[in-house]
Amino acid sequence: MADLKLADVEKAYGEVKVLSDIDLDIRKGELIVFVGPSGCGKSTLLRMIAGLEKITGGTLEIDGLVVNDIPPAQRGIAMVFQTYALYPHMTVRDNMAFALKIAGKSKAEIDEAVGRAADILQLGPYLDRLPKALSGGQRQRVAIGRSIVRDPKVYLFDEPLSNLDAALRVATRIEIAKLKESMPDSTMIYVTHDQVEAMTLASRIVVLAGGGIAQVGSPLELYERPNSEFVAQFIGSPAMNLLAGEIVETGEQTVVKLDGGGTARATIPTTDADKGLKVNLGVRPEDLVASDDADFLYQGEVDLVEALGELTVLYFKPDNAEAAPVLAKLAGTHAELRGKAVKLKADPSKIHLFSNGVSLLYR
Amino acid sequence: MPPVLQGILTIIIGVGGCVGYFYASNLILDKVIFPAKGPKAGININRANKVRPWLFLFPAMFALGLYLAYPVVGSFWRSLFDRSGANFIGLGNYFDLFSESTFRTAVFNNLLWVLFVPAMATFLGLLVAQLTDRLSWGNIAKSLIFMPMAISFVGASLIWKFVYAANPDIGIINALRDFFGMQTLDPLQVQFWNNFFLMFILVWIQTGFAMVILSAALRGIPEETIEAAIIDGANAFQIFFQIKVPQIMGTIVVVWTTITILVLKVFDIVYTMTGGNFGTHILPSYMMTYMFRDDGRATAVAFVIMLLVLPVMIWNIRQARKEMR
Repeated sequence: MADLKLADVEKAYGEVKVLSDIDLDIRKGELIVFVGPSGCGKSTLLRMIAGLEKITGGTLEIDGLVVNDIPPAQRGIAMVFQTYALYPHMTVRDNMAFALKIAGKSKAEIDEAVGRAADILQLGPYLDRLPKALSGGQRQRVAIGRSIVRDPKVYLFDEPLSNLDAALRVATRIEIAKLKESMPDSTMIYVTHDQVEAMTLASRIVVLAGGGIAQVGSPLELYERPNSEFVAQFIGSPAMNLLAGEIVETGEQTVVKLDGGGTARATIPTTDADKGLKVNLGVRPEDLVASDDADFLYQGEVDLVEALGELTVLYFKPDNAEAAPVLAKLAGTHAELRGKAVKLKADPSKIHLFSNGVSLLYR
Repeated sequence: MPPVLQGILTIIIGVGGCVGYFYASNLILDKVIFPAKGPKAGININRANKVRPWLFLFPAMFALGLYLAYPVVGSFWRSLFDRSGANFIGLGNYFDLFSESTFRTAVFNNLLWVLFVPAMATFLGLLVAQLTDRLSWGNIAKSLIFMPMAISFVGASLIWKFVYAANPDIGIINALRDFFGMQTLDPLQVQFWNNFFLMFILVWIQTGFAMVILSAALRGIPEETIEAAIIDGANAFQIFFQIKVPQIMGTIVVVWTTITILVLKVFDIVYTMTGGNFGTHILPSYMMTYMFRDDGRATAVAFVIMLLVLPVMIWNIRQARKEMR
């Protein structure tokens, strides 16, 4: 239940910097999700906050106190690991009580704290079982219970759902969301590579890439106003289409003539100086609709159709072998479109423009 | 025939015989007894597959039966006869044994060995495994500690005979005593404690074994459980004794019992160092004193040893199986 402040934090292994210039203010009660491609350092950053990895530069403050050199146990954090990390030789009760026993708490205090955590997580019937007698979901609940018992200032979750199967993942995700709701004052940091977890759980998402922060914002902010091509393509599934083009009309709204022959209007203001600027136009597959107008954004031959029932994903034949195919998500079933030429357009408010990888909105 | 040729011929016959046995026996099973043809093909294949494991097990079971089971029965039978092997005396040899003071000393000493050596070797092995785990030169230290494993018990005894030598110019113990102006003494003649001097040789040899196995077990502990304990606030000792040791308890027990079984069989060290004099006999060395003189008595001792090893053995195998699961 605390503020967290990362200032200029960096991590280097010898000469190799894996993280640098991490500046982040986390407010009390927020659930912050770190996402990013594998190897972007999101788990490392979490482990640095936990104190399991040394911070090689910058400062980390918890509740206004610099904790760079304070051992993990005294930082007031608790961590839930991807592999649960339960002590296999201890019962559920002992697993949850371990930290308090180490801290020398009285038996009554321990029993009360364990009982409370068990109630919250409905672990009551399992308290005397060993971890190996529990299912994956129950084990993860015990791991969460072990955190709750310590009543930490900050909860750290390191991909807590990755080892669960799909159905359990959804159920546990909802449990975590409810848990967060029941403890509105607790600060949580959650690492995942799963977008759905990030979008559904986060108060704010931190997208990490290339050893730094790419963008910080609420889930919808990142979805609607990504600041770079990377964030645009990383958030949302399937990824946003990028089409090369040139600005032909500027003003309140911008008109782009695309290399593929189409034109598009975007509700993004530009200045006269931008005329002729080479841009990448971004449009999400779900924002594209089929059109018969002479005025189209993209036209191409449908290469592949994935009919999912509620919607249909169209894969268009790319212009050349290296180019990523354009994707469109249309509502309903359109299995008959395979092999046909289709024209697409999109609402001007759904168009994103990037120059040199950076969004024109954030210039 | 020159011995080299003889050896090669033996290898060819042995290996060829094995290959021939497995090939021919499977062939007979599949083609003659349960042919995979005709209306009963499916049933026959299943039957053949049920028999097949026994074909593969048979040679081993036969050899073990011939060289292990039969000798056990044979030894017991022999232990019921007197020295000449002609007169049946029932449990006479056993009664004689228990009335003999040297036998009682040997049993007592053996008990000390069984308690001290496995405990000490396992403890030191665990300690070394933990302490060398994170050191850059840990592997060198481990190799040095493991090396005595490669020395035969007799060889090790000879080395320690020098260490214990009752001469300040040879033995380090007396060299130290000499340095501090004390009189020369023969450690192997110090009653009671000399047992421990002998045991120490075996500890020296077996610590390497315990270390290697326990080191692997320690590395197998999931790193996250240790990190979780760090976050939970445990210090190094608490992590070692409350998180690490309990997780490798199964392996510790297997190491412990394996060394226990070995201890019950060791006779070379005592035989080489003191020949069982000065109150250092243990059961196997005691058995050796009767061997070829009074086989009835010797086999009786052998049988007592077997009875002592058996429960430890059973426990050991059970633990090892549990570990594998």
